[in-house]
Amino acid sequence: MSSHSLFGPLDPAVDAGWEQAPGRKGFLTDTSVCIGCKACEVACKEWNAIPSDLGDGITGESYDNTSALGANTWRHVAFVEQSTPPAPAAPPAVDLGMPTLRAPDADAKPEFRWLMSSDVCKHCTHAACLDVCPTGSLFRTEFGTVVVQDDICNGCGYCVPACPYGVIERRAEAPGDKTKNAGIAQKCTLCYDRISDGDLPACAKACPTESIMFGDVDELRERGQQRVAELQEQGVTGARMYGDDPHDGVGGTGAMFLLLDEPEVYGMPPDPVVTTRDLPRMWKRAGLAAAGLAAGAALSLLGGS
Amino acid sequence: MVPEAEFTSYYGRPVVKESPWQADIPAYLFTGGLAGASSLLAAGAGATGRSTLARNSRVGALAAIGASTFFLIHDLGKPSRFLNMMRVFRPTSPMSMGTWLLAAYGPLTGLAAAHEIVGALPVGTRKVLPSVFTRALQATGRPAGWGAALVGPAVATYTAVLIGDTATPTWHDASGQLPFVFAGSAATAAGGLGMLTTPVPQSGPARRMAVGGVIAEQLAQAWMTRSMGLSVQTLHEDRAGTLLRLATVLSTAGGIGVVLAGAVSRKPRGATGAQLLSAVSGTALMAASACTRFGIFHAGQASARDPRYTVVPQRERVDAGHPVRSDRTPPGGG
Repeated sequence: MSSHSLFGPLDPAVDAGWEQAPGRKGFLTDTSVCIGCKACEVACKEWNAIPSDLGDGITGESYDNTSALGANTWRHVAFVEQSTPPAPAAPPAVDLGMPTLRAPDADAKPEFRWLMSSDVCKHCTHAACLDVCPTGSLFRTEFGTVVVQDDICNGCGYCVPACPYGVIERRAEAPGDKTKNAGIAQKCTLCYDRISDGDLPACAKACPTESIMFGDVDELRERGQQRVAELQEQGVTGARMYGDDPHDGVGGTGAMFLLLDEPEVYGMPPDPVVTTRDLPRMWKRAGLAAAGLAAGAALSLLGGS
Repeated sequence: MVPEAEFTSYYGRPVVKESPWQADIPAYLFTGGLAGASSLLAAGAGATGRSTLARNSRVGALAAIGASTFFLIHDLGKPSRFLNMMRVFRPTSPMSMGTWLLAAYGPLTGLAAAHEIVGALPVGTRKVLPSVFTRALQATGRPAGWGAALVGPAVATYTAVLIGDTATPTWHDASGQLPFVFAGSAATAAGGLGMLTTPVPQSGPARRMAVGGVIAEQLAQAWMTRSMGLSVQTLHEDRAGTLLRLATVLSTAGGIGVVLAGAVSRKPRGATGAQLLSAVSGTALMAASACTRFGIFHAGQASARDPRYTVVPQRERVDAGHPVRSDRTPPGGG
């Protein structure tokens, strides 16, 4: 364990004890070119043989009927309909009283934009799910990713509330038939099987616009930051990277995103923190409380009867 | 009343997931506390010659930790794989640490309780048992009782770390004070059990432990609610609010009952009345402890279901210019 094992910048594969790790692999999901085709969701389901999940049925929430990442949705395409996008910070136009051909508002359309984003497990540098797993089922691969071993997990469910992004979930038994891996925690493996053979993860392979990019995390981070600069230059002022900062609350993520609005607009936390950062303090407090309990018990012996 | 904070979410859907845990887990929190503090009470009672209180508390601790283990296993998605918990020893996983604590505490409690039970058997019945067994119990029962008392406080308080070490807003926000709340709640429950099961002339330590527990728990909860931030709302609303209010009523009533029982027992011919009062208030105190655990459990679940408790504090940090970072210490340190 290094001094940054719980918090701060770190090479997770090396920290986990891998020798000659092949370099950290991850995703960059550039939502500015996502067309919401859901090919990633379908490819992921097909490759990983994930049971169907209609969640709440037809939700009426734009084109999104899978609603969130979960045991049966490892890629999730969010559809955000915004009728009033945040106005670019340009000074208000001054009417110079010049003649115009027609009234400026004659064919004004309602302001509208459609944000689409394919969400996925973040494969955190400091993964709370892995930290709290009591069986060792969740482990750090040589690629720095976080994977559940289906034959080890005993379904304690601890990883579920531990994840600051709400990604991992215990798979429910579907009524009637025998569900694969029912009762155990499930999430994206970053296609551990495929990338071990040098293939692209299924979602990245299926993405028709290269919104989902797979590769070395360092390289993807740079590519994403360049793209943000480009977009900013083109006037897309909301463009920003998400998860690219090794100094953030989870030590940066293996799956990064280029977003066009605040993270919470897409259902992502704006400032996620790995809960185990605070674990040393919690253990100390529990030790103090235990000592207090013992002292109290000793005091209760004083006195009659 | 705090004004409703404006925040953005994705169709009002949760950001973090609520735990898949059912009633098993709050029941586990309660029985673990009851067991751990009972072992302490038993050791103290045994050392000061209160043999009935010692015996009842040891047997109670075994019953409670037995129930606790059942709840823990029953809640698993794959109960048949419970033993996979013993594959690793992982200090970053409170559940792993808890499993190892239970692995140490359970057998110690079992030995201590078996020693008491065999000791309480009529001599004739005792002779039926193999003498190796009774001699082994004679030799190990007492040290096992002290061992259980040593591990017991950790069993009672580690569960606060168990739920605190999550992204569930209420639990994490409360994690600094929750061990003290749980320690108090454990003392309340174990004291209550001693009062319920043991004659008043011997249950003085149980009464004092219960009252001390109630006071400690109330103080710790007051400290906790002041330091939690937005998620404190979940402690006052819905099912959690009802349970926690009930816990306060029950522990107050139980505390008054304790004092009354002590007073009545000193009156001539007050023994029966005092015993009844003691049993009723002991039960109320155990119920209070259970309500506290269930209340805090449900408050956490509610805080995970509502994106407000995840998004608003994080957004406030970011907008104030101090998001959580490893290369900067937050304002005010720590």
